[in-house]
Amino acid sequence: MANYSILALARNALRRHRHWPEAWRSPKPKPSYDAIIVGGGGHGLATAYYLAKRHGMHDIAVLEKGWIGGGNTGRNTTIVRSNYLHPESAAIYDHALKLWEGLSQELNFNVMFSPRGVINLAHDPGEERELRRRIYANQLAGVDAEWVGPNQLAELCPILNLDPNIRYPVVGGTLQRRAGVARHDAVAWGYARGADRQGVDIIQNCEVTGFDIRAGRMEGVQTSFGDIRAPLIGVVAAGHSTHLAAMAGIRLPLDSHPLQALVSEPIKPVMPTVVMSNKVHAYMSQSDKGELVIGAGIDPYNSYAQRGSLPVIEETIRAVVELFPITSRLKMMRQWAGIVDICPDASPIISNTPVEGLYFNCGWGTGGFKATPGSGHLFAHTLAKREPHPINAPFSLERFYSGALVAEHGAAAVAH
Amino acid sequence: MLMLSCPWCGPRSEEEYACGGEGHIVRPVNSAAMDDAAWGDYVFMRSNQKGVFFERWRHAHGCGRWFNLARDTLSHEILAVYRVGDDKPELPG
Repeated sequence: MANYSILALARNALRRHRHWPEAWRSPKPKPSYDAIIVGGGGHGLATAYYLAKRHGMHDIAVLEKGWIGGGNTGRNTTIVRSNYLHPESAAIYDHALKLWEGLSQELNFNVMFSPRGVINLAHDPGEERELRRRIYANQLAGVDAEWVGPNQLAELCPILNLDPNIRYPVVGGTLQRRAGVARHDAVAWGYARGADRQGVDIIQNCEVTGFDIRAGRMEGVQTSFGDIRAPLIGVVAAGHSTHLAAMAGIRLPLDSHPLQALVSEPIKPVMPTVVMSNKVHAYMSQSDKGELVIGAGIDPYNSYAQRGSLPVIEETIRAVVELFPITSRLKMMRQWAGIVDICPDASPIISNTPVEGLYFNCGWGTGGFKATPGSGHLFAHTLAKREPHPINAPFSLERFYSGALVAEHGAAAVAH
Repeated sequence: MLMLSCPWCGPRSEEEYACGGEGHIVRPVNSAAMDDAAWGDYVFMRSNQKGVFFERWRHAHGCGRWFNLARDTLSHEILAVYRVGDDKPELPG
């Protein structure tokens, strides 16, 4: 399969773009594989890619119930950052951020990673203290972070309302310059193409309906395409993780909630950076198409329906209109929800399970997109070696029994 | 958007309520004898049911009282409303 390059683009332009090779195959599943990844989102495809590329496992299938990247990979607000409070979290998210920085080259696919900076606003002295503490923690963990006052904020984001008389006045914020946004679909497509080129079978519209477990050992999966045997299964199913775990008799500490986002009509460039506010439950950036991309908090009740309810986005829009008054007359074009798997400590789970050969990568909750490359890389290591990488060792299922939680609600609960 | 029926106040919009998550999680009586596995299961593990789910709600901006709900998490259909302390209701089908 040809590399994408300016020469390939010119050559195909001359042939009126009718002869581009397919980016990945659509094979029929084989009766058995060395390993199966359940879930064809960004994390699952990245796992398959790194398993093949870094660990030499090419006899792999990715089983996806719908279409690849059609779940939360295609439903997030594309923000990538690593300014988490605890050293364990900073390590895992910064590991991902470092992979983002070289991802387009690695995949020969433009994932449009744009490190345009992410600002987290503080609205009162208490929040300022909390965010300054996070800056110091970040700096100790080797993650770039700095404090920006109102004057700098006015330069970084001219449409931000810095009037001291609004309901929640902005007193300053943190800035991570290496953070930014990426093109969400391209991440799924880039990893899918990369994995396919390594021999990975990507099988769409294939739902897993059960596991074959004998004497505590994984032997294969039952699917809508029949039984497929494999001694090693990695489940990366976000909001549906509990549902799949139950098929193997395993309980997980997750609750599935809708997380909503919406985009405005496209307008000229007005927003050069990403601005987030935990206090007023809103965050916004501008896509390359010109749409303002706005994210809300989770709906308060458990749901597997990929739609959210209006009170949540009304609250978000109220906050956005106060923070960015120019949005008050914009039309919102689309609104959607993804089903996110919320963990009690707002940290992910990349872990083995009581079933030998069955591993889970879940619990990313509202913040999984930013971790995509790191999550896939670490999960591939965990599957190939059958033991965790030092970076994801603290994120085991065991922590809910030992009590060694990685409590990130302050850094993660709302704004992702 | 949900329209929930408080057992005391009648049907009101979801904005008046606070969701308390999964119901019928009973605090173990013999806590001194429990090991880490039992504690972890009680404190953190959840059924997170896809389909019929039994959950607690509070009419926070109304009478302030707690009640239970049986709701389908896929269709959002409300199947039963019942009082705290009542057993899970028998649902048709």
